[in-house]
Amino acid sequence: MSALPAPSTTAGHPEAARTAASEGRAATGARVEFRSLRRAFGPTVALDGLDLTAEPGELLALLGPSGCGKTTALRVLAGFEQPDSGEVLVDGEDITPVPANRRDAGMVFQSYSLFPHLNARDNVAFGPRMRGVSTAERHATAGELLELVGLPDHGSRFPHQMSGGQQQRVALARALALRPRVLLLDEPLSALDAKVRLTLREEIRRLQLSLGITTIFVTHDQEEALSMADRVAVLNAGRLEQCAPPAELYERPATPFVAEFVGTMNRLPGRLTGDGSVQVAGASLPVDGDIPAGRGAVDVLIRPESIGVTADPEGIATVVSASFLGSVTRVLLDLPDGVAAKADLPSRDATELAPGVRVRVTPVRRPVLVVPVRETTAAPEAAAPGDKVDA
Amino acid sequence: MAALTTAAPEALAPVKARRTRPRYWRGAVLAIAGLYFVTPLLSSFVFTVHVPNQGLTFEAYSGILSADGFTESLFLSLSLAAATIALALLLVVPALVAVRLGPPRLRAVVEVVCMLPLVVPPIALVTGIATVLRWGPDHFSRTPLYQTFLAVQNESFPVVLVLAYTVLALPFVHRSLDAGLRAVDVPTLVEAARNCGASRLQVIVGVILPNLRSSLAGASFLTLALVLGEYTVASLLGFRPFAVWIVTVSGAEARMSVAVSLLSLLITWALLLVLSRAGTGSATTAVPAAAPTPVPGKE
Repeated sequence: MSALPAPSTTAGHPEAARTAASEGRAATGARVEFRSLRRAFGPTVALDGLDLTAEPGELLALLGPSGCGKTTALRVLAGFEQPDSGEVLVDGEDITPVPANRRDAGMVFQSYSLFPHLNARDNVAFGPRMRGVSTAERHATAGELLELVGLPDHGSRFPHQMSGGQQQRVALARALALRPRVLLLDEPLSALDAKVRLTLREEIRRLQLSLGITTIFVTHDQEEALSMADRVAVLNAGRLEQCAPPAELYERPATPFVAEFVGTMNRLPGRLTGDGSVQVAGASLPVDGDIPAGRGAVDVLIRPESIGVTADPEGIATVVSASFLGSVTRVLLDLPDGVAAKADLPSRDATELAPGVRVRVTPVRRPVLVVPVRETTAAPEAAAPGDKVDA
Repeated sequence: MAALTTAAPEALAPVKARRTRPRYWRGAVLAIAGLYFVTPLLSSFVFTVHVPNQGLTFEAYSGILSADGFTESLFLSLSLAAATIALALLLVVPALVAVRLGPPRLRAVVEVVCMLPLVVPPIALVTGIATVLRWGPDHFSRTPLYQTFLAVQNESFPVVLVLAYTVLALPFVHRSLDAGLRAVDVPTLVEAARNCGASRLQVIVGVILPNLRSSLAGASFLTLALVLGEYTVASLLGFRPFAVWIVTVSGAEARMSVAVSLLSLLITWALLLVLSRAGTGSATTAVPAAAPTPVPGKE
């Protein structure tokens, strides 16, 4: 009998998982709920009434700036932090008072956390050993898991004999050795170089899909979150701003914070017309989301790819620079009144846009978010004491 | 289950051997240091084996085992050393792990407390202990503590010496273990072990201690050296462990006394070698060796 969880056909897709649940078919992963979690470190509030649910079998990314509470939330789930109030439920069971060593959650840490005195096989077998599993059985489990993470021949190597990527693979295998209901990933790729990071994140995703284990992944890297996760939960100042699939998060941000935090966003001066639209850069665009009362000046949030640029000697803007990024060229524009804007254009359409060229700016007609002019949505910089570098 | 991936492409780059150049000044410094170190030992050895008008003789060594009190005093010192090592490690290891996991400000407090014996001369310590030992029985004669005061002064195994030696060994044990703990990411290892289902005791025994083998070996050796060579406290409290026996026997058997001193040094070095190999000899140890710690001088 395999020591590993059976692969799930519904894993990794919330809709599929929900459908499976409604049809009475159990997904491999567990449902995880954070209910009104609050955690403060002295005067710093790391979690301020966090409500969030991870569906069975899905990969949920917690994304946010430093100090937003994402690592604290993960540590509360792992049992390393106790919330001041609120509760954590796994499959409906309140695990808040359960000590860390009795929670059914495997964790991969940001720093290399392998036990230096044990080789890779014994590291993976450590959890089963603590549970009193026989030597033969735990070595068989370790062998299977090392094969699963692509290191079948590295069992006898010690951590200092392995690269960072290999160590994190072993850490992943170790986290899976106790067949946890939830897999917790605390920025497992942040210490790796770019190439290894890219490879490993694809492998983690494939592994998670294969095993169908509910996975919560903390990261401050938007690209990682958007490329790996079924859903991304954006946290700010200990609160949930939005939890949505990556495309929805990017295309339809629920709040100005999400709009500015996820991807690149222009903040252009505009004026509300009173009929649900806003005048910006000579165009009238429909407003999405909340509309500030009355008419008046507002800031309009527009993605770089939603700004059209055409060379025009009579244009109001000037090209400051153009950066070739492959299929896309990013053009930095100088608008009247010292306003700067970025526009992403197909590179074939940007050949004439040299620095100093006068251009006409035409926002694409699609709903935009508006915010009051003086509203500050900058991300907090200070990290909570309980959070690590990124939390 | 089939592997999802192939082996990782990243490989450890071979470390280039560092080019070495002869440094003559290093040899000169080593030679001077060696002479400074070896000359007294050689002189002592010559003193023990060369008797004027008789020539070369090893009587000073051959008579050691049969010397009155040698075995008893050596056994007592080794027993005291074992108990002191156990007590000091039991006190310091959990304390240092706790402060690594707790508020950083506690580290300074523990460090100051552990370093205090360095600034308190042993004579002051023994004076205090002697005062308490005299005062205690008078005031607790009608309580169970009276028996305790007597028991800790039992000549066959004076627990009071273990307590005093533990205090004296605290700075060395602390420095050695602290250096070892600095080389280990204690919070992450503890959390990783807890996440794998380990209890707190299993974390200490199964994860922390194995990664502190070098430091534990160093702390144990330093304590052993301190106890084997400690004279002031034992002598003034009226006990007769190894160091006191050496001084006592030196009056009548000067050569034997020096011979025993030499042998005790050799025994200590041999134990150091064994402990060092136990701590760092295994290929499994990834934690760098602890920073050098001063050896307590023999009194």
